[in-house]
Amino acid sequence: MSEQCQLKYTDFKSDQSVKWCPGCGDHAVLNSVQKAMANLGYSKEEVAVISGIGCSSRFPYYMDTYGFHTIHGRGSAIASGVKVANPDLKVWQITGDGDALAIGGNHFIHTIRRNIDLNVILFNNQIYGLTKGQYSPTSKRGFISKTSPFGTVEAPFRPGELCIGARGQFFARCIDKDLKHSVKMMEEAAGHEGTSIVEVLQNCVIYNDKTHNAITDKAHSADRTIKLEHGEPMLYGKDQNKGLLLDGLNVKTVTIGENGVTLDDILVHDAHCEDITLHLKLADMEYPDYPVALGVIRSVKGPVYDQCVERQLEEVQEISKIKSFNDLIHSGDVWDVE
Amino acid sequence: MGKRSKVIEKEEVVVRFSGDSGDGMQLTGTLFSYTSAIFGNDISTFPDYPSEIRAPQGTISGVSGFQIHFGHSEVFTPGDYCDVLVAMNPAALKANAKWMKPGGTIILDVDSCDEKNLKKAGYETNDPIIEGKLGDYHIVKAPITTLTKESLKDMGLDNKSILRSKNMYALGLVYWLFDRPLTHTQDYIKKKFAKNPLVVEANLKVLDDGYNYGGIIQAMTPSYHIHPADIKKGKYRNLSGNVAVAWGFLAAAEKSKLKLFLGSYPITPATEILQELSARKDLGVKVFQAEDEIAGICTAIGASFTGNLAITTTSGPGLALKGEAIGLAIIAELPLVVVNVQRGGPSTGLPTKTEQSDLMQALYGRNGESPAIVIAASSPTNCFDYAFYAAKIAVEHMTPVILLTDGFLANGTQPWRLPNLEEWPDIEVPYADENDEDWHPYKRDAVKLARYWATPGTKGMNHRIGGLEKDEHTGAVSHDALNHQNMVELREEKIKRVAKFVPELEVIGEEDADILVVGWGGTFGHLYTAVDELDHEGHKFALAHFNYINPLPVNTYDVLKKYKKIVVCELNLGQFANYLLMNFPDLEYLRFNKVQGQPFTVVELKEHFKSLLEE
Repeated sequence: MSEQCQLKYTDFKSDQSVKWCPGCGDHAVLNSVQKAMANLGYSKEEVAVISGIGCSSRFPYYMDTYGFHTIHGRGSAIASGVKVANPDLKVWQITGDGDALAIGGNHFIHTIRRNIDLNVILFNNQIYGLTKGQYSPTSKRGFISKTSPFGTVEAPFRPGELCIGARGQFFARCIDKDLKHSVKMMEEAAGHEGTSIVEVLQNCVIYNDKTHNAITDKAHSADRTIKLEHGEPMLYGKDQNKGLLLDGLNVKTVTIGENGVTLDDILVHDAHCEDITLHLKLADMEYPDYPVALGVIRSVKGPVYDQCVERQLEEVQEISKIKSFNDLIHSGDVWDVE
Repeated sequence: MGKRSKVIEKEEVVVRFSGDSGDGMQLTGTLFSYTSAIFGNDISTFPDYPSEIRAPQGTISGVSGFQIHFGHSEVFTPGDYCDVLVAMNPAALKANAKWMKPGGTIILDVDSCDEKNLKKAGYETNDPIIEGKLGDYHIVKAPITTLTKESLKDMGLDNKSILRSKNMYALGLVYWLFDRPLTHTQDYIKKKFAKNPLVVEANLKVLDDGYNYGGIIQAMTPSYHIHPADIKKGKYRNLSGNVAVAWGFLAAAEKSKLKLFLGSYPITPATEILQELSARKDLGVKVFQAEDEIAGICTAIGASFTGNLAITTTSGPGLALKGEAIGLAIIAELPLVVVNVQRGGPSTGLPTKTEQSDLMQALYGRNGESPAIVIAASSPTNCFDYAFYAAKIAVEHMTPVILLTDGFLANGTQPWRLPNLEEWPDIEVPYADENDEDWHPYKRDAVKLARYWATPGTKGMNHRIGGLEKDEHTGAVSHDALNHQNMVELREEKIKRVAKFVPELEVIGEEDADILVVGWGGTFGHLYTAVDELDHEGHKFALAHFNYINPLPVNTYDVLKKYKKIVVCELNLGQFANYLLMNFPDLEYLRFNKVQGQPFTVVELKEHFKSLLEE
């Protein structure tokens, strides 16, 4: 579409000054998205960035593309309208754990179910930041916040489980500050036809600082996360000597060389597997019982809503005798008054 | 056709088909109305059905009715009282007997009047005619069930299918009553059941036998003679308000060369608009059946952002859910039409019944200063016109328009003279000029104050809009105090200026009337008929009926102030009267209000208006 005008990532920056808090993870995600767009060879005019409400939803203002900052929770409905109305656009939806999973939960699951070709970047900081520190639908049980001074008494959503449960066909996870991997995830999501959800473990430096630190901290990250790659064995750890294998219906962490485990016993990641069982288990892995899965956990092909809409229009138009408004009103029971 | 023993010549007639909600009364009525329209009568129809799909059989709550008013001259309402009632069971008789004109004809399926059904309908004796004091009517006690069984006994059909054909027997009998040809209905049956020749044969036979039964019993039964009406030449078809709305948007899309997008969620009584446009893939319509009302409007707003003619359709409770998103379209200055087919409220209220109680919601049901254009259609067929103009205004002024219809208009039908789109006004889309170096997203037309529309995909015009307040010059986010005041006033002024682009208010009736009747939206037919009849009786009444509510026509005050007495009639507790009072507080407004889920009747309007003369 735009080989002749390869843009640099800085070309995607708008003239607005970025107003997120210094140290907020959102800055890094903005950079990742801009770098991915440059790598993908996008032109500015073919991109529409749609958001709802929340800190991350200010994102469109910082992109020198088309953008629409809408209302709380409805970003995916509006993005759906944009994509279906004009499938030529690259439509990116920016949302957070409150916007997508609380007020916008219904739109989130139905967009995924329909498989509309949107790239949804879900900033998960497990807190309401813009309203200054209330618990969110991804805050851990017992989490202390301004609206849960004695700890929450509710179970959190796991975005990956929700996505796959809604028949999601693409789910990836990355860490805000791991730019290189994040850029790759954005590119993978963009390349996937259908709804792609990228959960970014993002840090809110003011209201929920270090919430993901147990797994994102440099000292422990290699042992507490696992970067999945399609077709590769599920290995992790500083020395890449730990791995996952299937024990009955459960995933089990093992160390190669211990208890007779060899590399051949380790599961090989198949992101393209239609069956959701293993993907669900991988998406749900939580520290300290398991390493947290990063990378493309699920990426399968299926009918894409916006493409189906176009195809159906063409098919009907091909065979219908009604080609205009005038044809329509003259069809059926019409009589003459003379 | 033999000579008829007793023929009643009439200018106009009202017929009501009534039975259990599974008896096929809606289809029977529809077929009869088509035949009457093709015969050349002017018609107006209205279905009256319960919100339950199959309410308990034989009970009054399960009665489904379809009323047709047709005549030798123009008809504007489906009629208050019936000349002919077809009652397929005692409950239908009980529910409708009070709506009979003196001396009318009641066709009753006497086979249905067994002890069980009589009890279910609330009769205490086994003679509903005597118990209901219906001795003054022509009662045709037709054993329709037995006759239908007799008619089909050799066809090899099962009992259920035979009983399902009862409505065609009744329809045949009514065709005899009005001396109408069977051709249209026969064609319909052949087409509808083409895949099942046995069903075609059975229905055709029952229809025919029902017709012939009329000839057999003619000694006891009067028949009616209504001449064709004097109607403007042209091609016609029957059109309901809901289909008319859908088609108005199709016309607007073709005139504006915009793609049509509908985002909607099914809700009674608006669903047919969604269904009709879903079937119009041949004309390139994209329809998104959303997961809820909010997603319905939000997908439409997304489509509008990309440059489509975007619509969302709903009824009262759905409008409440769409409020926040309408505000977004107002501040983002995107064109959008929101159709509200009003029904009885509040909450779920009376989903299948009509009301005009969402006026205030349409005008003010949003947070912040969020003015929306509000337009109301006033007949089933002019739903087409106002849908077209709602789309035209939304696009040309770059702002949402709320189009109000109601359950009465939505389900009612009238013959519609097919329009020639070339005679309709163009819709000029205010696209941003790609060569304008000074362009910015909130640059606007000096006359209309409409923002220019730059759509995604256009090179060099990428920009951001959103729900946050915008700088009046650059379109960037702004929290500046004075800028907000300016923008709020600008959006208000933008809507006010629409008044310059809508027709002036017209007054129908006597110039020097004693009383001005004021109405808006779907009550037009009844108000007009009442005023017209009173004027013919020598009284002096006039009618000012509003289709443009916000902004009001520019001459509204000048019209209203001419009359000594103004009576505002509406199917709510006085919302439009209050709105007029707010706008023109020095005038006095009498009110006539009804909230029964039913339209006004001409009779009650005339009685009330006459009583005002005596005050």
